[in-house]
Amino acid sequence: MTVLFFVAAAVAVIATGMVITTRKAIHALLYLVISFLALALVFYVLGAPFVAALEVIIYAGAIMVLFLFALMLIDPGRADEAREREWMRPRAWIIPSVLTAALLFELIYVMARGGVPGGLASGAAKAIDAAAQVKAVGISLFGPYLLGVELASVLLLAGLVAAHRLTQGLDRPEEEDAAPAEDTWRRVRRAGRRGGGI
Amino acid sequence: MSAISPVYGLGLAGVLFVLGLLGVLARRNLIFILASIEVMLNAAGLAFIAAGARFGQADGQVMFLFILAMAAAEVAVGLALALRIRRRFHTLDVDDLRKLRD
Repeated sequence: MTVLFFVAAAVAVIATGMVITTRKAIHALLYLVISFLALALVFYVLGAPFVAALEVIIYAGAIMVLFLFALMLIDPGRADEAREREWMRPRAWIIPSVLTAALLFELIYVMARGGVPGGLASGAAKAIDAAAQVKAVGISLFGPYLLGVELASVLLLAGLVAAHRLTQGLDRPEEEDAAPAEDTWRRVRRAGRRGGGI
Repeated sequence: MSAISPVYGLGLAGVLFVLGLLGVLARRNLIFILASIEVMLNAAGLAFIAAGARFGQADGQVMFLFILAMAAAEVAVGLALALRIRRRFHTLDVDDLRKLRD
C-alpha cells in the first residue's frame, strides 16, 4: 500500500508540474485530468473510496469538461498543420504515456489484490468499510452539517445565475460589446457638466 | 500490512498546494491561473481527507464535498468571466489586461 501511495503521489506531482510548465492550454488541461485521477487513487489508498469516486466523476469528469468546452469557445490559437504534425511525434506522447501507464498498473494491482483490505491510514479507520463509511458521510452531511449543505446549494445556484448572466449576449457581433459601461458614464458626466439631463 | 502515515498525505497536499501557487504566480494566461487554483483547492481537499483518515471520522469527507461544490461554482463563474474578457479585450494575458485598464 505504501508503494501504491507513493507511485500515485509521484504521478500526481509530475502531472501537476506539467500543468504549470506546458505551453499549450489543452495539454495543461489533459495533464490536470491525469493529476486528478492520481489523486483519486491517493484518496482510495487513504481509505476514502466515496471521495475517490466523486473526484473522478465531478473533478475529472464535470469540471474538466467545463474547462475544455470553455477553451473550445475561447479558441487560444489556430491549430495549424505544423502543430498537428508535432502532436504525432513520439516526444509529445512519451510523458503522458508513462504517467497513465503507471496509473493503469496500479489499478490492475489493486484489482488483483481484491481491494484494499485493512490498508487504511490508521487503526481507527480500519474498522470502517466502504458502505458504512458512505453511510457515515451521509448521516453527518444531513445531520450536523445541514446548514453547510444549504449554503453549498445556494452557492451553486449563485454560480449558475452568474455564469448565465455573464455569458449573455456572447453570440452577438463583437462591436456591440465594446465597453458600453464606460460610454454611459462619459455621457452621464458630460450631461452633468452641462447641467441638463442625459 | 503497512499503514500510511497521515504525514505523507499532508506532505503531498503541501507539495501540490505549492505547485498550484507557483502556477498562479508564474503563468500569465487566465486559463492556466484557473487550472492552478483548481490544483490548490484539490490539495486542500487532500489535507482534509488525510486528517479525516487519521482520526477515522467522516468530517473530512464532508469538508471535501463542500470544497467540491465551491470549486464547481468558482470554475463556472471564472470561465464565464474569461469568455467575457476574451470577447471584449481579445486577450487572456493578465499583464496585457492590466495595461488596457490604464
